[in-house]
Amino acid sequence: MDKFTVLSAVAAALPEANIDTDKIIPARFLKTTQRTGLGKHAFDSMRYLAEGSENPDFVLNQQPWRQAEILVTYDNLGCGSSREHAPWALLDFGIRCVIAPSFADIFFNNCFKNGILPIRLPRDICDALMGDAAMGSNARLTVDLPRQVVIRPDGQEVPFEIDPFRKHMLLEGLDDIGQTLQHEGEITVFEQTVAGERPWMPKISFE
Amino acid sequence: MAPRTLFDKIWDHHVVETLPDGTSILYIDRHLLHEVTSPQAFEGLRLAGRKLRHPEMTVAVVDHNVPTSDRTQPIEEPESRNQIETLERNVKEFGVPYIPLLSANQGIVHVVGPEQGISLPGMTIVCGDSHTSTHGAMGALAFGIGTSEVEHVMATQTILQRPAKNMRVTVEGTLGAGVSAKDVMLAIIGHIGTAGGTGHVIEFAGSAIRGLDMAGRMTICNMSIEAGARAGLVAPDDVTFDYVRGRPFAPKGEDFDKAVAYWRTLSSDDGAHFDTEVTLRAEDIAPSLTWGTSPETVLPITATVPDPAQESDEAKRVQMQRMLDYMGLDAGQKIAGTPVDVVFIGSCTNSRIEDLRAAANVAAGRKVADGVRAMIVPGSGLVKRQAEEEGLDKIFLDAGFEWREAGCSMCLGMNPDRLTPGQRCASTSNRNFEGRQGPGGRTHLLSPAMAAAAAVTGCLTDVRELA
Repeated sequence: MDKFTVLSAVAAALPEANIDTDKIIPARFLKTTQRTGLGKHAFDSMRYLAEGSENPDFVLNQQPWRQAEILVTYDNLGCGSSREHAPWALLDFGIRCVIAPSFADIFFNNCFKNGILPIRLPRDICDALMGDAAMGSNARLTVDLPRQVVIRPDGQEVPFEIDPFRKHMLLEGLDDIGQTLQHEGEITVFEQTVAGERPWMPKISFE
Repeated sequence: MAPRTLFDKIWDHHVVETLPDGTSILYIDRHLLHEVTSPQAFEGLRLAGRKLRHPEMTVAVVDHNVPTSDRTQPIEEPESRNQIETLERNVKEFGVPYIPLLSANQGIVHVVGPEQGISLPGMTIVCGDSHTSTHGAMGALAFGIGTSEVEHVMATQTILQRPAKNMRVTVEGTLGAGVSAKDVMLAIIGHIGTAGGTGHVIEFAGSAIRGLDMAGRMTICNMSIEAGARAGLVAPDDVTFDYVRGRPFAPKGEDFDKAVAYWRTLSSDDGAHFDTEVTLRAEDIAPSLTWGTSPETVLPITATVPDPAQESDEAKRVQMQRMLDYMGLDAGQKIAGTPVDVVFIGSCTNSRIEDLRAAANVAAGRKVADGVRAMIVPGSGLVKRQAEEEGLDKIFLDAGFEWREAGCSMCLGMNPDRLTPGQRCASTSNRNFEGRQGPGGRTHLLSPAMAAAAAVTGCLTDVRELA
């Protein structure tokens, strides 16, 4: 996973609430067995017209937002399906940071696992950042993870919260499994305890 | 010890270790896999040279991407076939118990788990699917995870989590005629909204919930995710234990008694703290359905479509108008009487035998309206067989319904079961998002009885009028 430290990039505004993961990547594109290659289908129904050509009115089809690496939306971003294909599609498109007043839990989690930084900021600040985003390439936002601030084009700094553990994992580009396996001894002890307390727990086998 | 909620108890029983920042390593008792969200996880294990820590706590089944037509024929779409063959290779290589496509036990993972006794009270259960919340009806802590977490559970049998907040939704009273668990859950989502449960685990309580059978409780917990919650729970009781007894993987004999003694400790203590409490009266809930493209756009069937002009928040007003345009509805029109093109009875929300009985009850002696395509997709091979033993297939076929094989089908339109642009569908599934059932498709979420009523009248109909 790529490290996330400081990102200075074009931001795109999608001023909608409840952008669900079906909208980010429709189910018919989930037949892949890979993590990559989904970027061309990101926001498919908004991005392409019925006959398959690009919808010129959609922000990610316009310059300079084709190069957007930051996305700003309204509440409850990523609701619906748990599909990690949603952050994979965003990442493959080039998005590394999503900003919204609130996120659906599973999507929020899935972003971190892929080196995408989700930032919760109040609605009025999201409105201000959407105003910045509308200025396009003249108005790059800077997301400084070590200092936990979003820096607006006029230099104003907006602080944000993040779990220390998740921050560490993003900064170092670490994956969770290696971290958890450092606690394998405790997992084994737990298993032995449960085997004593709940011996009736069935094992599954179709043999 | 301070009074604890049901969620607190299951959580406490599964914490391996809590890290200094408050993140816990939570032990997982059951890991359910399907073909769509597992291939990248298996690939990750392979690249890192890792194995499954506990294949015997893991079960794989194909459901999302399988055809619901004749299974003796090969799968036509090469990508779908590849995804299923990939799972079959992976379960063989990693030694995972697997229910193949042609097994009589095959079905939707959230129907199969409880049905086989794979999901039991008090367990932690995860699956790379948001509707894993369904298993909360057993009194288990069950939630959907992403593919990276699937790989994490495969390798460590644990997941990294912070404790959720506790919400209790209490529904007291007696449900009226024609009102089902689906209507109760739609009413709850309409009340608290699609983000109302964010960060919470919801415990469903009250006499109306206690009075539901297991299928009804599964319908309720299934759609907890549509209320934004991490999971839904119903405290296990005699209804639960009667359901579990005798299932293939349930504990047997003395083990069962020991298990029940433990399961009986799993309820919220008097005085336990809930961060959020919501109460509904069962008598206030009518047969309901959604009008828009978010599951919170709930109406009683007797109501009219809302008017965006009455919404003061501009962003909401714009979104409402877009929903009306997408759904082809006008503000102020009566929702009942709107013609439908397709009726879909199925999905992990409503494809159990009880759901099919409710639909058959309405369909019996009637005919599917001209021009309507009506599909019944049982939740599992066993549900299908049971329905056939009860003669429900004959009722449906005589009425002009399609009687199909088990799978997720038109709930998400991964397989060929899809709406075409502009088609309006009365659906017992869980999501009405734009394009969910096929690009341009229009979905109204409702109960199996209401779906059957739409099929035989050709329009959205108050099922009570067919009584």
